[in-house]
Amino acid sequence: MSEILASETVKVIAFQLVDKEYALPVHQVYSIEKLMHITRVPGTVPFVKGVINLRGVVTPIIDLRSRFGLSDKQYDESTRIIIASFGDIEVGLVVDGANDVLDIPVDAIEPQPEVVGSLGDEYITGVAKLEKRLLIMLSLQKIFN
Amino acid sequence: MDTNQYLEIFIDESKEHLQAMSEHLLELEKDPENIAIVNEIFRSAHTLKGMSATMGYEDLANLTHKLENVLDAIRNHQISVSLQIMDTVFSSVDDLEAMVEDIAAGGDGKRDVSAIVEKLLIIEQGEAAAAVEAPAAPTAYQPAAALSYDEFEWTVINQSKEQGFTCLEIAVSLRPDCVLKAARVFMVFEVLEKCGEVIKSSPSSEQLEEEKFDETFTVTLITKEPAGDIKEKIKKVSEVERVQVTEITSVTEPEMKPASPLPAAPQPKRDSAAQETAKKQPAETEKGEAKSSKQAASNKTIRVNIERLDILMNLFEELVIDRGRLESISAELNHTELNETVERMSRISGDLQNIILNMRMVPVETVFNRFPKLVRQLSRDLGKQINLEIIGAETELDRTVIDEIGDPLVHLIRNAGDHGIEMPEVRLSKGKPAEGTIKLKAYHSGNHVFIEIEDDGAGINKDRVLQKALDKGIVTEEQALGMTDRQIFELIMASGFSTAEVISDLSGRGVGLDVVKTTIESLGGSITIDSQEGAGSIFSIQLPLTLSIISVMLVEVEKEKYAIPLSSIIETAIVKKEDIMNAHNQQVIDFRGKVVPLLFLEDIFSVPHEEDDDHFYSVILVRKGEKMAGLVVDSFIGQQEVVLKSLGNYLSNVFAISGATILGDGQVALIVDCNALIK
Repeated sequence: MSEILASETVKVIAFQLVDKEYALPVHQVYSIEKLMHITRVPGTVPFVKGVINLRGVVTPIIDLRSRFGLSDKQYDESTRIIIASFGDIEVGLVVDGANDVLDIPVDAIEPQPEVVGSLGDEYITGVAKLEKRLLIMLSLQKIFN
Repeated sequence: MDTNQYLEIFIDESKEHLQAMSEHLLELEKDPENIAIVNEIFRSAHTLKGMSATMGYEDLANLTHKLENVLDAIRNHQISVSLQIMDTVFSSVDDLEAMVEDIAAGGDGKRDVSAIVEKLLIIEQGEAAAAVEAPAAPTAYQPAAALSYDEFEWTVINQSKEQGFTCLEIAVSLRPDCVLKAARVFMVFEVLEKCGEVIKSSPSSEQLEEEKFDETFTVTLITKEPAGDIKEKIKKVSEVERVQVTEITSVTEPEMKPASPLPAAPQPKRDSAAQETAKKQPAETEKGEAKSSKQAASNKTIRVNIERLDILMNLFEELVIDRGRLESISAELNHTELNETVERMSRISGDLQNIILNMRMVPVETVFNRFPKLVRQLSRDLGKQINLEIIGAETELDRTVIDEIGDPLVHLIRNAGDHGIEMPEVRLSKGKPAEGTIKLKAYHSGNHVFIEIEDDGAGINKDRVLQKALDKGIVTEEQALGMTDRQIFELIMASGFSTAEVISDLSGRGVGLDVVKTTIESLGGSITIDSQEGAGSIFSIQLPLTLSIISVMLVEVEKEKYAIPLSSIIETAIVKKEDIMNAHNQQVIDFRGKVVPLLFLEDIFSVPHEEDDDHFYSVILVRKGEKMAGLVVDSFIGQQEVVLKSLGNYLSNVFAISGATILGDGQVALIVDCNALIK
């Protein structure tokens, strides 16, 4: 009973990266795009894959796998670009697949436990447990920096 | 009354009037005896007063009213123009400007003006004790006597005389029983306009149209036809009783009778931009004048919100991208009819592009016109005598550029006044006139606009600059040895550099000039300095005409496409592998007798590399100032107009990339910044 009463929720976009699920608040996500031609920009950090033409706007692309130092993977049919914005910065994030839009009760989000996996804790704001799923909440601000 | 809908118009027009007032005040300061100028100022003040009272801005109206009283007293020779009065009038105009700015920013336009009002009152009463409040500009027309002309009209008359025209004053009397007077007037005007240009009529054209005259009216005509012929032609119009033609011979401007100011209302309103261009082109002036005096109500310009133009520009940019796409599709399909249609469309959209770009062009005057006041203030603050000369204020620039160059120019002018121009005594001892001159000059050249700020001051002391740069560690001894004069002068724009021994609050903090340089470079422009010690300096700014659409050469490097701005390309060449020479680990070619270093885009941009066995290199020769370099690419694709887009906030400062563009196939191509490649 008390759970329903305290049902203040956040809407998040859940996406797949290697074997884990991550989430971003929906208000930070502008759209989800299928893979399109990426123009390489020379002289940038390796995780910046380049820029795309997002309906007339030149948008930089960050590969989240290499941003987090995970193994590389050939892009395929399920690869998605999540267009996210924070402050006045708008970028596309390459992920293995975008799964769901979910409502997570705020109290299901816990601070990050000691060890979550290979991912360093600097990008993580918390972890949400939903029945059998474990969602890692990301901080865009830290990804951009 | 709901005044909101008029607010925008009110703000725009107030700004115009205030600008006109400042300009005329400056003129008046140089020519204090000229009552015609006072009349102009009075007219602007009067209109402003009326408008602000209607809109309910009490303080604005109140201050303008007091200002008007002072002007009226000057006009009626009750007080004479003095420096003190000018200062007070200037500062009240400043107050008015601040109030209008406040209103524009959404404020209520309230401001404590009691101090300045007090001062104005003292001037008005102290020096014009006998002043009787004169009525505002009379609205009744003047009787059709010999016409009086203002300064502007005299200019037109004199200039047309120089070009071999004669200027005639024609008094036409209609028969007393004439029924349709307006129609006859119209017919007379029609006859006159076939012979030449009507520059003035009394009563004014509106009053004539409304039949607000007795039987006689006077018209001033500029024509090449003999007076007799014209007289005959007018007489052919029925119901014309008498025609009297006199030639205006006086070439000098007569002193205007202060007691008979020109009627304020009938003066056709022209915006300041039109006025400026008109001054430059006397022939068109006459035409414009004739038209506006004939139908003052239907002005040929409309006000368009700049946002709408921006939207139009954005939409057009999308269209340019699709145009590129259509062109590439039709080239692939090679279908005759499709090709023709696409070609036609390209041509039309090219024209459209010109028109849209032109619409966004604004004369630099909008930036320049605040400088005379700035220089006046500057010379008073510094105790120097500085004269500002503005040349080419009608030169047009894209609005986006205009918005950005204001601050850099202010800085350069202050710099010229502060560091360039010497104190009057120093100047005299050097055999220069006590008054220093700052020349502000704008002109078009090719696809660029040049703005030069020239002063006849002390110039730049090369050795001091160099010494300072060495002290501050900006350059090393070795670097210093090989530097040209220009490079040394440019050191003053390096960050952390200031040569002023005494830091004033105007300039000399050493942060300014490097900001100027970065601002200008961020606009795709460049700045160079020429200076001669003792004779003065010239700061020359080169700016692109527009920032949004540029011509580029598309090239291919492996599988990647890059765009190189045509503005920095000299030419393209195919070079044999054997012709490449090595000099100090640097591959160079001999290009028309000059040794030009080769830069391999492939290496610079670390493009994923495949084996190649080319015997020929495609080279694009680019330049920055006098330096050249050859960019080696794999192949040339062709020339194209592209829309310049930024890489976004996240990817600012990518080496040698100034932006991106979207090609016809929807892919993004990067634009190469040649300035960064050439050191």
